Amino acid sequence: MRLGTRKLLDKAFSGLGLMAIALMAMALVLILTPIIWRGSKAYLFKGTIEHRRVMLEQFGRGDAKAFNRETRQAAEARAPVYRMLEEFEAEMKAMDRTVRRNYKDAYGEVEEALHVLLGPRPGKRTPVLLRQQYGQTRWDRTMVKLHEVLYATEWDYSTPGAMGVQIEKPRVDQFRGTRLEPLFDYLPAHIDEMMRPRTTFYWRFITDTSKDSHIFGGIWPEVLGTIYLTLGAMLFAVPMGVIAAVYLCEYAKEGRIISFLRICISTLAGVPSIVFGLFGLAFFLNTIHVSDSKSVLAGSLTLSLLVLPTIIRSSEEAILAVPRSYKEAAFGLGAGRWRTVLTVILPAALPGILTGIVISMGRAAGETAPIIFTAAVSVGMPLKLWETMNQPTPALPWNIYNLCTEHEAVDEIRHVQYGMVLTLVALVLLLNLAAITMRARIAKKLRG
Amino acid sequence: MNDDITLRRFDQFAEHNDSAQEAETHIEAREFSLFYGNFEAVRKVSLQVPKRMVTAMIGPSGCGKSTLLRSINRMNDLIPSTHASGQMIFDGHNIYGRNIDVVTLRSRVGMVFQKPNVFPKSIFDNVAYGPRLQGVKNRQQLGEIVETSLRQAAIWDEVKDRLNTNALGMSGGQQQRLCIARALAIKPEILLMDEPTSALDPKATAKIEDLIGELREAYTIIIVTHNMQQAARVSDLTAFMYEGVLVEFGNTKQLFTNPDNPQTENYITGRFG
Repeated sequence: MRLGTRKLLDKAFSGLGLMAIALMAMALVLILTPIIWRGSKAYLFKGTIEHRRVMLEQFGRGDAKAFNRETRQAAEARAPVYRMLEEFEAEMKAMDRTVRRNYKDAYGEVEEALHVLLGPRPGKRTPVLLRQQYGQTRWDRTMVKLHEVLYATEWDYSTPGAMGVQIEKPRVDQFRGTRLEPLFDYLPAHIDEMMRPRTTFYWRFITDTSKDSHIFGGIWPEVLGTIYLTLGAMLFAVPMGVIAAVYLCEYAKEGRIISFLRICISTLAGVPSIVFGLFGLAFFLNTIHVSDSKSVLAGSLTLSLLVLPTIIRSSEEAILAVPRSYKEAAFGLGAGRWRTVLTVILPAALPGILTGIVISMGRAAGETAPIIFTAAVSVGMPLKLWETMNQPTPALPWNIYNLCTEHEAVDEIRHVQYGMVLTLVALVLLLNLAAITMRARIAKKLRG
Repeated sequence: MNDDITLRRFDQFAEHNDSAQEAETHIEAREFSLFYGNFEAVRKVSLQVPKRMVTAMIGPSGCGKSTLLRSINRMNDLIPSTHASGQMIFDGHNIYGRNIDVVTLRSRVGMVFQKPNVFPKSIFDNVAYGPRLQGVKNRQQLGEIVETSLRQAAIWDEVKDRLNTNALGMSGGQQQRLCIARALAIKPEILLMDEPTSALDPKATAKIEDLIGELREAYTIIIVTHNMQQAARVSDLTAFMYEGVLVEFGNTKQLFTNPDNPQTENYITGRFG
């Protein structure tokens, strides 16, 4: 090959490599930016007075005196709203029945939307549902709900055969000439004073339990559940995996059975996680009954099976990478096989084994399918350590899915969903960082 | 009679050794062969290695000298599909017999390898590895063993201030002497050396050779070497092997100056190999 061609090829290859890395970096940025940007809004947002009310009443947190002062100011700003409602109700009563019917439904909608925006009307019975006891806690949701007070949405099906078109009609048109008309000007003008938004750093999002299935509060049960499941899986998988790897590398005689075993392990690594989940249900729960219902224990066992092949393979590779001379030296000094493994081979292979553990830990923390049938519930309290033996737990991956698909108020809690995603990613990153630092320190110690 | 080689026996043996004659046989191969699968790497070798002398084994690459050396503490067991025939007598027992505890055997027959193979542990832990295997736990006692061994290996002065640093930080020559110290720490009777200087520079080689000269006072040493000058310098007896067969075995001076066998002569004069 001519020198020019060789140089060109060389350049092309390094160019391709650079491009691949740049693409990867771009993909990473593309993925991480929305996760971080939107997820951070669960922690850092403009909270309204209603948020502070929830904190004070549900979590006993905050300065009651300052809050009461603020409430008085907010109530002052809200008073005209309720006065207008009362005046209009009086006006409606005086109307002729046929005229009144025109207003009744529309007024009911306004009243309902106002309740959602500001919370229950003073003097009325407290609603049973917790979520109906408070107005909007976040400023972004406040603006959405304000819009719903001001505009009615209707569907226009006038063109047959075509899709319906959504049109928004200002509600003020329905109440022209009544005592309610000024309300629609008053609300947008004074929403600030009524809701008193303030930049809030709600770091307790991660340590608070949720109230009324994630409408208020934080995600601690999910975080704790994820930690339990991950550590539990490691508890079972690491010793089993490392011992299996030691056996395969140091004890087993190469033969048909061992080759078959290796193929099985590789295959196991490729089995879809939902199959592991079903196996966990069928075996751990229905056959050997590790617990009466779903439990963290059953979930951990299932997850440990899922990560076992990864740990075995990486440990095997790490053990095989230990120089033969170490083994010879130990044997030459009169060490038995077991002592050699314990005192020389495993310490030298530890960084490699740790890498496998790190990868599996991230996987175990993020897997959803294996825990659906064995461990996860949508709503739950944080578990005590001993309760993990027989109680199910909420967990981040499952609850992210659950909140996005099955929650009855999906749209109201987008911030919780993104907050959970950010927390899960951060948690996995943190676990990995810890393991990587540990690995680096051990490797450095080995290198001398 | 119990065929086990035990540590208790080793002590009796050592006492017995003190009053023994210089030329007593320490280890003896009788028609000893070793196979890798079907390949006979060592062919019916018979030789008697005398106690407290340095025996060198020379011969071209692949002649079976390393294999023979590694047969003495059964290191070849690590390689699958090896088997032996004939006898290797040590302390009155065939070490390839049925009731031999290999671990005990290896604690009596120390070995130093071609490349320095220190563990990635501290210098102290490297030397203390063998004694710890033998159940020595007392820190002070371990410290004494480590110091004695390092002094015997002539490396104490270089490392005494950094016993807790990683052994991989030392130079190659130092590492090899540490390996010797580590082998000495288990108080072996025989020291096997498999080309101990082949990975070292001349200066480090000279140090190791001096060390061998000192160690011959207390240990039976068998050394495999490619370097004929080295064999001539350090050994009392020399064995020349060729294609698995022991061609000639005798006094080093005589073998190098007046060999009986023409093959030996050809080899040491550099006509082949």
